[in-house]
Amino acid sequence: MRQQTRPGPDQALLQVTDLHVTRDGRPILRGVNLTVMEGSIHAVLGLNGSGKSTLAYALIGSAGYALQRGEIRLAGEEITPLSITERGRLGLTLAWQEPARFEGLTVERYVSLGMREPDLQHVRQALIAVALDPDDYLHRYVDESLSGGERKRVELAAVYAMRPRLAILDEPDSGIDILTLEDISKLIRRMQREGTTVLLISHRDEVVAIADAASLMCEGQIQTTGDPRHVCDRYARCCRPCDRAQKVETELDYERL
Amino acid sequence: MSDFEAILKAYAAAGGNPEFLKSPKVGSLVISGNQVLGLNAIPGLDVQADPVPDGVRVAVRVAPAARIETPVHLCFGVIPEEGVQRILVDYEVGAGASIEFLAHCTFPNALRVQHVMQGTVHVGPAATMRYSEVHYHGETGGIEVLPRLQIRVDEGGRYFSSFSQTKGRAGRIDLDYTVDVDREALAELTAKALGYADDQITVRETIRLNGEGARGLARSRIAVRDRARSEVLATTEGNAPFARGHVDCVEIVRGQAVANAVPVVRVTDDRAQVTHEAAIGTVGKKELETLMSRGLAEDEAVDIIVRGMLG
Ligand SMILES: Nc1ncnc2c1ncn2[C@@H]1O[C@H](COP(=O)(O)OP(=O)(O)OP(=O)(O)O)[C@@H](O)[C@H]1O
Ligand SMILES: [Mg+2]
Repeated sequence: MRQQTRPGPDQALLQVTDLHVTRDGRPILRGVNLTVMEGSIHAVLGLNGSGKSTLAYALIGSAGYALQRGEIRLAGEEITPLSITERGRLGLTLAWQEPARFEGLTVERYVSLGMREPDLQHVRQALIAVALDPDDYLHRYVDESLSGGERKRVELAAVYAMRPRLAILDEPDSGIDILTLEDISKLIRRMQREGTTVLLISHRDEVVAIADAASLMCEGQIQTTGDPRHVCDRYARCCRPCDRAQKVETELDYERL
Repeated sequence: MSDFEAILKAYAAAGGNPEFLKSPKVGSLVISGNQVLGLNAIPGLDVQADPVPDGVRVAVRVAPAARIETPVHLCFGVIPEEGVQRILVDYEVGAGASIEFLAHCTFPNALRVQHVMQGTVHVGPAATMRYSEVHYHGETGGIEVLPRLQIRVDEGGRYFSSFSQTKGRAGRIDLDYTVDVDREALAELTAKALGYADDQITVRETIRLNGEGARGLARSRIAVRDRARSEVLATTEGNAPFARGHVDCVEIVRGQAVANAVPVVRVTDDRAQVTHEAAIGTVGKKELETLMSRGLAEDEAVDIIVRGMLG
């Protein structure tokens, strides 16, 4: 049995130190440092291409995202040598930004795959939690016939049903209309209440508003971590009208303030 | 056990429900070796089955405009370990008729069995025929299955066929279908097979879209492992204006197995369009990692993906 320490609410669940990841010879993550507290919703903001998804893949242990340098600790344990499966079994999972499609696999089966003791009632509840009517969706296939937004919601339902210890949600709000954005926020809160720590990758202010902490990712590094409003504000100021040379100056200015 | 009971048992092993073969309301045909053990025609459907030395000659006639709602159940099997079964078929679906056949082909004890299914299918104007064939070849691999059909779909007709062998050994499967599709007609061919040990699977499908607006789809899903081999030879011809064809082939390979795909697309009319996609190799990385990230072992994850695909 792997030893599982249970850090309390004031302790770090995930500690990433000096993470370097290269893709096809190009450095993408260039020394990421990130601490996610147990029981929190921690948002990661950043522009397109800043390395958010790369960080998610490196954390779950995806092939081709081996660390050049650095370490990843989950509840104090170094997980870098562990396979995706082993990390999954420790309760570290990912809702993909663009989830895969599966021929011939029903929504019911897919959602129950990560559950320790699959039962229909919980699968139904997970679908209701993402505003999908179980009667309409349980027997649908998780293939190309689901729309992009439906597929994203099924992905969230599957992660929720698994009751992971740390859920990485890569832009759970992309491709989802404003009306249901509220459902997504509710679900993330509910996951938190039920004991899941959430690393939430997103650009949407509405979603970041539910976070307890936020980090800003820029060009493969975490620029700052802190109060979500503060980080959001900084993201708006520094990144959005992004001209990188100008941005550094602005940031320096910002620092001086 | 009587011959009939033996074939019913084999039929059930292939996934068939024997009740259908006993019901007088359901059209059915049961052939074991070269013996016709059961035949039930229903209004609109005429079936002639005449034994020949190594098989049975079968003529199926669906009356024009007949709409047969309940699927017709067919069972072809060889119970002994050795033997040849040649089924010489001729399907004729009259204009405007609609019918569905569910065939189970079962060879549970095959050590040296050859099963040939050879013949013609003619789907008349505006008629619809659905034909699905589920195979069970047992676990020994001592079987050779040679389905060979020439199919013609007349104007406005629709033909859907599916061949599936997804449980037990494949043995040697060499399927060869050719379909000629007329004006505004449709043909959809699906083949699914699972091979392991030294199984050999060949799927040869030719769809000729000869009439204006004809449509064709050839889908194949094959998984091979160990030393098994699979080959998909899909040819689609777009020979008329606005003909649309598509070939969609996925072959998943594990272990020492080898898979091949040779999609051939030939277009002789500049208003026709034929597309093809083929994915040969291991299961997709993202699919695999998604399931592993839920805590499934790699083998389990591959299994779920393969079963889903063949399902
Ligand atoms: N195989 C690769 N080779 C070279 N560069 C790559 C490769 N894969 C990703 N990248 C680059 O890595 C950078 C980070 O990509 P990543 O997907 O992590 O960004 P992101 O922050 O998630 O962006 P988005 O907001 O668009 O989802 C991008 O500039 C991308 O082009
Ligand atoms: Mg991304």
